[in-house]
Amino acid sequence: MILYELIDYETLRVIWWALLGVLLIGFALTDGFDMGVGALLPFVAKTDVERRVVINTVGPVWEGNQVWFILGGGAIFAAWPPLYAVSFSGFYLAMFVVLAALIVRPVAFKYRSKRDSATWRSSWDWALFVGGAVPALLFGVAVGNVLLGVPFYLTEDLMAMYPGNFLTKFIGLLRPFALLAGVVSFSMLLMHGAAWLSLKTEGLIANRARRIGTYAGIVAMAGYALAGLWLALGIDGFALVGEVVTDGPSNPLYSEVARGGSWLSAYAERPWIIAAPIMGFVGMALALRGLIAGREVSTLLWSKLGITGVISSVGLTMFPFILPSTVDPNSSLTVWDSSSSHQTLFIMLVCTVIFMPLILMYTAWVYKVLWGKVTEADVTSNSDTVY
Amino acid sequence: MELDVVELSRLQFAMTAMYHFLFVPLTLGLSIIVAIMETVYVMTGRPIWRQMTKFWGTLFGINFVLGVATGITMEFQFGMNWSYYSHYVGDIFGAPLAIEGLMAFFLEATFVGLFFFGWDKLSKVQHLVVAWLVALGSNFSALWILIANGWMQNPVGAEFNPDTMRMEMTSFFDVLFNEVAQAKFVHTVSAGYVTAAVFVLGVSAWYLLKNRHVELARRSITVAASFGLASALAVVVLGDESGYSASHTQRMKLAAIEAMWETEPAPASFTAIGFPDQEARETHYAVRIPWVMGIIGTRSLTQEIPGIEDLVEEAHERVERGIIAYDALQTIREQRDATPADVRARFEEHSGDLGFAYLLLRYVDDPREATPEQIAQAAEDTVPTVWPLFWAFRIMVGLGFAFIGVMAYFFYRSSFKGQTYPRWALWAAVVAIPTPWIAAEMGWFVAEFGRQPWTVDGVLPTALSASHLSVADLLITLAGFMIFYSILFVVEIGLMLKYIRKGPFQDVAETEAWEARHEHRLRTHDGQGPFAPAGARAASAVDDGLSGASTTPAE
Repeated sequence: MILYELIDYETLRVIWWALLGVLLIGFALTDGFDMGVGALLPFVAKTDVERRVVINTVGPVWEGNQVWFILGGGAIFAAWPPLYAVSFSGFYLAMFVVLAALIVRPVAFKYRSKRDSATWRSSWDWALFVGGAVPALLFGVAVGNVLLGVPFYLTEDLMAMYPGNFLTKFIGLLRPFALLAGVVSFSMLLMHGAAWLSLKTEGLIANRARRIGTYAGIVAMAGYALAGLWLALGIDGFALVGEVVTDGPSNPLYSEVARGGSWLSAYAERPWIIAAPIMGFVGMALALRGLIAGREVSTLLWSKLGITGVISSVGLTMFPFILPSTVDPNSSLTVWDSSSSHQTLFIMLVCTVIFMPLILMYTAWVYKVLWGKVTEADVTSNSDTVY
Repeated sequence: MELDVVELSRLQFAMTAMYHFLFVPLTLGLSIIVAIMETVYVMTGRPIWRQMTKFWGTLFGINFVLGVATGITMEFQFGMNWSYYSHYVGDIFGAPLAIEGLMAFFLEATFVGLFFFGWDKLSKVQHLVVAWLVALGSNFSALWILIANGWMQNPVGAEFNPDTMRMEMTSFFDVLFNEVAQAKFVHTVSAGYVTAAVFVLGVSAWYLLKNRHVELARRSITVAASFGLASALAVVVLGDESGYSASHTQRMKLAAIEAMWETEPAPASFTAIGFPDQEARETHYAVRIPWVMGIIGTRSLTQEIPGIEDLVEEAHERVERGIIAYDALQTIREQRDATPADVRARFEEHSGDLGFAYLLLRYVDDPREATPEQIAQAAEDTVPTVWPLFWAFRIMVGLGFAFIGVMAYFFYRSSFKGQTYPRWALWAAVVAIPTPWIAAEMGWFVAEFGRQPWTVDGVLPTALSASHLSVADLLITLAGFMIFYSILFVVEIGLMLKYIRKGPFQDVAETEAWEARHEHRLRTHDGQGPFAPAGARAASAVDDGLSGASTTPAE
């Protein structure tokens, strides 16, 4: 089968780098508001019925949304095996915390309203809070660490090694810049959740959500601006040295990488990428205005645009780097040296081209069926079918 | 047990995977049973079938969510705990996992929400389609997982690339139509169907014993017994197919399962029961059935099935060839662009045995410096521990045959004895509820433990696959998973029992309205109606059929 020669290796790598971005953005746009809603739950809803209203706004869709995360994991495994191998083992305990939060969340959605006890319900409410807030924060921390570079190196046999013990490895992730990135992602998803609740609920809940969402949006914008400044002034970037082979074998050790300069020099080389941060700021600003003015559909769309801009800006700034290494820059993973084989990338692209449009179509249909606000009456009159 | 990272990683993977598989088989089967019930509802319009769909759907939901939640762990654990494995075979193994997400997870997860929330928002037929899409999605996901797992048992369509130091895909077609994967898929999903059938049967039997929800229980037993009988037959026949494919793809596993120490003249006998003794290499108190093993394993009377000793002999040669490949590989990597053609050729000739040289890494840093004793030891290491395999396999097979008996019996009573069931049989059905899970876990144990010492058979040893984490890392997560999963287990079982005790939500008004509307159809020439015997029973006494003196429940 030489069909895969139709698209050359370099192009496929760029396509899969973009698809990685699409999956992360898809995850943030869909599951992002679930996480935001979880984190907002104890603050926007006080009574049991209010809480059930909030939970039922995402009740029918969180399962599908979460698949973006799972597919993200699978796609990284299939298209970027070295990234999958190095990052998840390198962030081991942090990953465990994220997993625990993401495991408890589905269970909390499903089980919370299955018993009448108040203790039972409030325990699951807090589980939903943790299940939303912790991943929302830690995903940002992870992105911050990727920008800073991660302490790992590859042996000759491409085995991933990490200096330090379990405690320093975990605590070491909580560097100030990474925490700032965590604050940005957390507040951004909080704003996104608020935009969702503003669309799907009414009255008191929607008002509370809009108020918290407004503050969150301000924090997200300020944090994002600060992070940009910090990147410009205080953080070393990484750069490929010498001749760059874009269609060579996927062995990170074959290329030479130097530390130094700034990540933001990417904006001098590829000025058009400035569109991404602009999209981030504009989207968040208009979402903020929408929250204040009480607009519904447009607020959610602007919020989506803002998130898309913020996430793309990270990827575009770092290109072609995916996971730089601080202890041995030559081990850094880039788009050109840490993908799957030409054939695997091609087959996976064919599958994606077939299935992704289908997924988008039926997901859109499901959202259409579920269109409309969730009210207190909906929840109380359908107690045997809703959460 | 020695606390090293590899052992702890294995323990954690085994624990989380087996825990995950407590929920998966029920999802696989119950999704279909629920869809069947809803189909009957849409075709007949009878409210009882809608109530059945909703009731079993609720139990399905409680179970489904834990399958989803624990599945998240599985998707990421390869990277977390099996970093070198992920690097080494990700080019092949990652693809089915990603396709699973694209083709299966999105389908089931997107529609499962609509299944529960869409009763009033969709037409009957739309809702039915949604139910079938959930079932389809669940079963597709099993397909891709077993293609991935099948490749670990029988790594076809891939070769080693010295430049990237990993296996790379040469034929997606071969990976997809790997005979091991296909045999495993059908065997595993039918095991899931049996699990769900036994579950539905057991819960319904309990209702009959308590004389509650008789209408629902009787119909559910009929569905479960017919579906279950077909599945139980399938699971055994297709398990035999798996065994047959193992006889030429995973010979060591097969020999270990059967405790066949030496090659017997064909056709080999089957050791029904015995006590394998690994050190002495013999099976004590063995009860042997002549010919059976040869016929099952090779489907011939003349072909031999190699025993463990001959396979170790063969592994010994492969370790030696592996050292040649390893040596050539080092030269290739040192002189990347200027490798002499003869070294390349030597590597290519022996690269299939490279994994066997890696077995020596336990004893020596450079396999080329291995002593003859170490080589012999590495060959010896290819034998998995026999007794747990031997017993786990026999428990699984024994239960498999028992399911055929149980299902056949209930199918017979349901079809020919007017849906009446003796009390002892109902009790037996209740007690049998946990058994399909035991069989399924035993099956996975045989498949995975039997592959040791490899993660990918003949390609990558388990000891090399693990991440370079510390024991402390592993102890923290292992303890975390244990506590966390135990709590979830207790919560899940508690809710299941609560909802089983609570029973279906019976909309009396809806049922009566329907019966009034269809009175003319219920009273036909024989006075029994087109839905007899069920219809007749609805009109007469609830405990009909159970009123036979010796078989009536007391309540």
